[in-house]
Amino acid sequence: MNNLFSIHTVRFIILVLIQVLLLSHINFMGYITPYLYILFILLYPIKNNRMLFVFLSFLLGLSVDMFLDSGGMHAAATLTISYIRPVALKFSFGSVYEHQTIKFSAIDFGQRLTYITILTIVHHFILFSLDIFNFSKILLVLKNTLFSSIFTIILCVLISIIFSSANKK
Amino acid sequence: MQQIVNFIIRNKVFLLFLLLFSVSIGFTIQSHSYHKSKFINSANFLSGGIYNASNGISDYFDLKEQNKILQEENNRLKTILFNTNIGLDSTYIDTISFDKKYKFSTAQVIKNSYSQNNNVLTINKGANDSIRIDLGVITSKGLLGIIDNTSSGYATVLSILNTTSNISAQLKKTNHFGSLHWNGISEKYIQLTEIPEVAPVVIGDTIITSGRSDIFPKGIPIGIVKDFKLDESENYYDIEVFLFNDMTNIEHVYIIENKDTKIIKELIEKNNE
Repeated sequence: MNNLFSIHTVRFIILVLIQVLLLSHINFMGYITPYLYILFILLYPIKNNRMLFVFLSFLLGLSVDMFLDSGGMHAAATLTISYIRPVALKFSFGSVYEHQTIKFSAIDFGQRLTYITILTIVHHFILFSLDIFNFSKILLVLKNTLFSSIFTIILCVLISIIFSSANKK
Repeated sequence: MQQIVNFIIRNKVFLLFLLLFSVSIGFTIQSHSYHKSKFINSANFLSGGIYNASNGISDYFDLKEQNKILQEENNRLKTILFNTNIGLDSTYIDTISFDKKYKFSTAQVIKNSYSQNNNVLTINKGANDSIRIDLGVITSKGLLGIIDNTSSGYATVLSILNTTSNISAQLKKTNHFGSLHWNGISEKYIQLTEIPEVAPVVIGDTIITSGRSDIFPKGIPIGIVKDFKLDESENYYDIEVFLFNDMTNIEHVYIIENKDTKIIKELIEKNNE
């Protein structure tokens, strides 16, 4: 447990730093930015204290907010996906999740992709709606959500593949 | 009573979610209004320190470019200095003539941002360097923004590329003034509205600050007119301004302090009474 806790602390800090120092400056084509830090929420163990998990996600979003001067929109977005994560897990993994026996490295690629996609799109949609904060610009919100999601999903999948294969050796 | 306690225990995750969600929405709404994001901003010790350390590494990569920009500015200022009639050897008659209205200080941008809807920059000077909220920030090429928040060592700057920012600007050749907004689309262009229809606007005209607020002095360059059209009421021009500043490449900035701010504010308050 102690070991697990420390892994997640390190992951938390590293993901926030990578996000604010590197990824937030990408601005591919002016507006496409990946938000890799949600990987912390995606990879958090399934068997968990839910209160703590929701609170940690809030803290993750808030620390990113602090660096990017964005008020509380990252916090709101991460909080929501951490709250709806059980639903997404059930939808993408089905009965395996019911028995709480999933290991992220062991499940097949398609299911993992569905899981990452659902949470990423929800996260980005909330993030960009709060960022733009204007209902008449809903098309801009959707456009940003779509393109940034694609970027984030690709990065998340790549990073999770790279690190899971390193663990097996 | 028992039922209420049971309800809370059963739904504790949902209640925590609701509580934290409303907190974050509150922060978001605060950040969308001018000068309100008091708690969560990058001027604090932790994020300011980390940005400062990262900037300490990355500013080496940009040294050549920044040197060139500073040299260009030196060149321009020298041209002005040696072409005016003030003799360089003239002595000050009394100590009062040292007392200038505007005080300038320099700072370095440690975090730049230009692609979001509400862009905020962080600089490496703060309250300890007598930086206050509402001071103006410019670069060697033109307008940059207004100080939004300060901590002891760092401050955040509300960029002109921010949908909540609103700065008074005017045409250089006449005194028709309007207000400067940003529509969030391109970091190269900013929108000047409320220029009256009688103003002789031509593509290529220079836009400068109007000096009507107590933050910026008159005459700081902003950009040139790229395009203009009448708005819906056909009384005012909406002008698309091409910025002199390359907002993606900003390192050295100047902070302007107007020493008369207090007096001006007192006067305005007296008028309002």
